Amino acid sequence: MSATTVDRDRTATRTGSLRRRRTWTTVAWVVAMVALTAVILYPLAWMVSASFKPTAEFGANQAFLPENPTIGNYFKVLEGVGGVPLWRFFLNSFILASLSVVGIVISASLAAYAFARIRFRGNGAWFAVMIGTLLLPFHVLIIPQYMLFRRLDLVDTFVPLLLGKFLAVEAFFVFLIVQFIRGLPRDMDEAARIDGCGHWRIFWLIILPLIKPALVSASIFAFIWSWNDFLGPLLYLNSPDNYPLPLALRVFNDQTSSSDYGATVAVSVLALLPILLFFIIFQRFLVEGVSTQGLKG
Amino acid sequence: MTIATHAADAATDPVRDRARGGAPAGAGGSAPAPRRRRALQRREDAAGYLFLTPWLIGFFLLTAGPMLFSLYLAFTNYSIFGKTEFIGLDNFARMMDDEVWWGSVRITLLYVLVGTPIKLLAALAVAMLLNYRSKGTGFFRSAFYAPSLIGASVSIAIVWRAMFSTGGPVDSSLRIFGIDIGGWVGIPALILPMMILLAVWQFGAPMVIFLAGLKQVPAELYEAASVDGAGPLGKFRNVTLPMLSPVIFFNLLLEMIHAFQVFASAYIIGSGTGGPAGATNFYTVYLYTRAFTNTQMGYASAMAWVLLIAVGIIAVIMFRTSNSWVHYSGDKR
Repeated sequence: MSATTVDRDRTATRTGSLRRRRTWTTVAWVVAMVALTAVILYPLAWMVSASFKPTAEFGANQAFLPENPTIGNYFKVLEGVGGVPLWRFFLNSFILASLSVVGIVISASLAAYAFARIRFRGNGAWFAVMIGTLLLPFHVLIIPQYMLFRRLDLVDTFVPLLLGKFLAVEAFFVFLIVQFIRGLPRDMDEAARIDGCGHWRIFWLIILPLIKPALVSASIFAFIWSWNDFLGPLLYLNSPDNYPLPLALRVFNDQTSSSDYGATVAVSVLALLPILLFFIIFQRFLVEGVSTQGLKG
Repeated sequence: MTIATHAADAATDPVRDRARGGAPAGAGGSAPAPRRRRALQRREDAAGYLFLTPWLIGFFLLTAGPMLFSLYLAFTNYSIFGKTEFIGLDNFARMMDDEVWWGSVRITLLYVLVGTPIKLLAALAVAMLLNYRSKGTGFFRSAFYAPSLIGASVSIAIVWRAMFSTGGPVDSSLRIFGIDIGGWVGIPALILPMMILLAVWQFGAPMVIFLAGLKQVPAELYEAASVDGAGPLGKFRNVTLPMLSPVIFFNLLLEMIHAFQVFASAYIIGSGTGGPAGATNFYTVYLYTRAFTNTQMGYASAMAWVLLIAVGIIAVIMFRTSNSWVHYSGDKR
């Protein structure tokens, strides 16, 4: 056997073991990921499974799956609470979330265009102020805002929950769209300027169509945050007719949780369902939006 | 990617413009040019403030105005009923003697200072695991991100409470290991771990940002480190951590500010009472109770300003110390 064949043999076994090691790390990686996914999604799976357990099984049947699965919990919760049917809470949540989306898309894109594309004096200073509000704890504002809306006799209406959305108060959305507009090449709007287009037409005809992806992510976040919002409705809405889902859930939880776990969990599932569907449909958009804009959800 | 560089970016724009507008005419050479530029600048100003009008109204009406007003309220005994009097620093002095307030400070600080690092460590670890491979990660990334979207909702708080109650999945799995503590919800000492677990469960949002940061670390740096004989740990310490430090800074700042404001989960898990034994009486829950259950809005405003100042101090400390641990690579944008 010559020296060269020994060498070749050796390199062959080395690449072979390397490949084998790579396969093993891949297998270990996949196993770790699947295990992690199981742990992370467990609460959701448990919730769905528990919503089909008859209330008597809570605490008694500690297995993951119900012994006698029932959809009774769901029928029970359709009645709602305090004489208000469940669909009413869904409707309220839906109205609030949709109007939030409309308000935020309009107001945040206007402000974002000003910050990103108009060279007005004070741009930098106002932009810094806007970023500052991003870090401001919301709780400093709730008392005076409440007094303001009380004075205006708007408590127990949707106005206090929506006005801020139409005035771009949440800086997150402005920042998200500013980032997106800054990423767009300027040649198109500069050409339009030379042709004599004003800012309004540039915004409307050029920028707005181009920032659709950012508007989609902003809309999804706006919808989900409004859908989940608890503090706002808790502050402003008093009559059960106006309750969105989170407030209704809280009443359910306080009134029935000790006696009727099944029903409480079933309502929770129903309240999360639209968001989970939203997420499954738009997840790419959302996750990519978060990572490219460098902001959290 | 950081906010600060963008603010600085934007700040230079108008200055540059003004300099250009005010400079003696260059290419044009004649007198009308600067005047025309000035007119142009005025038109830019008008357009800018027109587009900014909704935001400006919102800022003054719903942010700056209320902020100043709450500062004023902090020095009064304002309550919805009764006469309002200026009481100086009384609210703050009372706070120092308020044991419930100290309890809420303690629990909130523990939550922020213990929960946030754990959450970020989990986020970084999983992001590195995900970054280990380039293909087939999309599903996992989305699955891990999902809790961030729903974690703060009332539904999840209810589920969390049920999961940690007697006979719930946590209790029954602990029993397999012979640990019998029953329901966590009734035991004050276990509320904080339960809340921290809920926060850590939502590690997906910072994870996605870490992942984006990891993807931007140039591969050459790792190769160079390998040539220098660095092992995996050395690469992590000398390449990954410094390159990732701006993202760590960003995540740490936002997550801490976020954690101070936790409300819905604590409120639901404690049924709005702050119980058991004040264990769910997080700062914002106590603030809400003082303001809207006891209608002591002056006192609550003082509390809100203490929160604001605390958050401000933390932000300032972080920005001040960032020079020594946040590494910005050469590409100034």
